[in-house]
Amino acid sequence: MSSDTVRPLFFETDGHIPVKPYYGPEDLPSYENEINVPGHFPFRRGNFQGGYRDRLWTFRQYAGFGTAKESNQRYRYLLSQGGTGLSVAFDLPTQCGYDSDDPEIEEEVGRVGVAIDSLADFDILFQDIPLDQISVSFTINGTAAIILAFFVAAGDRQGVPRELLRGTIQNDILKEYASRGTWIWPPTPSLRLVADTIEFCAAETPHFNAISVAGAHFRDAGATAAQEMAFTLQDGITYCDEVVSRGRLSIDQFAPQISFFFYTHGDFFEEIAKYRAGRRRWAQIVKDRYNAQDDRSSMFRFGCVCGGVSLYSAQAQNNIVRVAYEAMASVLGGVQSMFTAAWDEPFALPTEETTTFALRTQQILAYETGVARAVDPLGGSYFVEALTDDMDSELVKIMADLEGQGGMVKAIENGYVQRLIAEEAFRRQRAIESGAHPVVGLNVFQATEVPRDVQSYEMDEGALKDQRKQLAAMRRDRDDELVQQSLRTLTAAARKTDVNLMPLLIDCAKANVTVGEIVATLKEIWGEFRQPTVF
Amino acid sequence: MPPRVLIAKPGLDGHDRGAKVVAYALRDAGFEVIYTGIRHKASEIVAVAIQEDVDVIGLSILSGAHISLTSKVVNGLKANGAHDIYVVVGGTIPLSDRQKLISVGAKEVYPTGTTIDELVAGIRSICNFPDTSKDESTSSSVTSRVLET
Repeated sequence: MSSDTVRPLFFETDGHIPVKPYYGPEDLPSYENEINVPGHFPFRRGNFQGGYRDRLWTFRQYAGFGTAKESNQRYRYLLSQGGTGLSVAFDLPTQCGYDSDDPEIEEEVGRVGVAIDSLADFDILFQDIPLDQISVSFTINGTAAIILAFFVAAGDRQGVPRELLRGTIQNDILKEYASRGTWIWPPTPSLRLVADTIEFCAAETPHFNAISVAGAHFRDAGATAAQEMAFTLQDGITYCDEVVSRGRLSIDQFAPQISFFFYTHGDFFEEIAKYRAGRRRWAQIVKDRYNAQDDRSSMFRFGCVCGGVSLYSAQAQNNIVRVAYEAMASVLGGVQSMFTAAWDEPFALPTEETTTFALRTQQILAYETGVARAVDPLGGSYFVEALTDDMDSELVKIMADLEGQGGMVKAIENGYVQRLIAEEAFRRQRAIESGAHPVVGLNVFQATEVPRDVQSYEMDEGALKDQRKQLAAMRRDRDDELVQQSLRTLTAAARKTDVNLMPLLIDCAKANVTVGEIVATLKEIWGEFRQPTVF
Repeated sequence: MPPRVLIAKPGLDGHDRGAKVVAYALRDAGFEVIYTGIRHKASEIVAVAIQEDVDVIGLSILSGAHISLTSKVVNGLKANGAHDIYVVVGGTIPLSDRQKLISVGAKEVYPTGTTIDELVAGIRSICNFPDTSKDESTSSSVTSRVLET
């Protein structure tokens, strides 16, 4: 590296926030109004005074592949190794609303997550996993309301009272349009479904987060840390506006069931500042914009994933170190639940061995390093507090820009958000290839090694056949009249705008209607989203 | 006339960071680039390629379904008599699948780890479009556009 190429490394964060050589008392905000005690508004230092002393973050490893049976085995393994929550990865057909026997998507069944067609698959997925004790997170968006209906129905069949169900459904459709891509319907009916689920969870499942507003996918698509957080908070505002505008719930009746989800990448202090500033900004928004009375409404609770595009194939075991630093930054930022990616993520689905290693990374952090002892141990650090303020100013600026675009839906519909993200991705790729952004093992300190090959997961031919056979048998054996009746009722309700569809979706689930059938029915009424191709 | 390249994402996979980076890079290299967005059927990609008279289709696939999806596009082109449109494939492609992709009709494969410069040089060579950016007399024409399908 020449001295030229290391300059950005020392003079600004990855997200282009300038960094001074040192910070002092003059850089600190007011203690009483701003830094404050953990557990007090504006929650810059955390939601709870007891922090991790009262409750450790959840070790939640994202997993799912092939059939419900194979995934169930992996979940039980993870729980047996000290995992404290589950995180379900679905295959793309389930996420986009196709059944496993749809010829349109035959090559994608079970490939990047578990294939779910009907409630029968859900029963197998959670076999011998008590849903009143293990919290389950679902990375599902386009079909989130349907999957939530399946989960509630599976809980009903296990005999678990709905108020004991614990977990989170991602259910954040806006970022799908902008960065993740599993949209189905246009924004208006999709937002309605999100609001329906939020209302349902407020009424029926008080310990289940109705939404996990996710910045992670903006980030992995290229966004800076500040953009990731600002876009996410703006999405959060859009959902709250939608629910509040219906006039059926006050902010305090549903905001405590909103959670957030991010990527933690490699810039250690920038990530810590991102979480502290995001928590602080959200608290202010909920209070000022919606006049929340209950402090729990203002609490910004978040999960994160460490890994993604911050990991590299070159000298791949270096990723273990990267993930460990990212995990520590997340904990110092006050994370509530965490997924640490396996070091082989850039080229394979993790094996049992590599995923265990990733889990151990969290366990070492929690039980050996002592970082969880005192709440917000970096509170009052001249640098961290100043960077938190700088990050907060960035958030306010970016959010004002989005409001200027007419709000998040408009900014996504006209491709504005997508363009900002793609430009950052291109800038980063150029910086890595020029050496301006150093990556150990890739563009500096390279070693001679045999390049690692990508191993894509191939669903077992037999398992795929079984999946289709079971689906065919289920279709044959179910009560057709009940199926048709459930879909007719759903259709009638969907044509209106003031009926909550959740109870009807649960009826469909129990009548063994499939994901694909429900989606197709609603497409007839709502149409399909057409992607803006401006970028 | 600069060569025309269609960047497309077949299948359900929505990860288009790479596709967009490639589109920007080819645009900056003087190609005319068309990016159609995510989640397109092979038949749609074939139709756009023929309608837009492109020289190359760059498929970006990260889901692991690259062999089946590439075959569908190549066969669709053949069925429509578009034998002169080259198909190249990028994404998380195992090196061991490279030969399989070539045998189903891909002209070239750009797996994870390919640099922008390598990719641009590769497409230049396929299109017989030499780099003249160092020649002062040539203005670097940048044309990028995107269309609805």
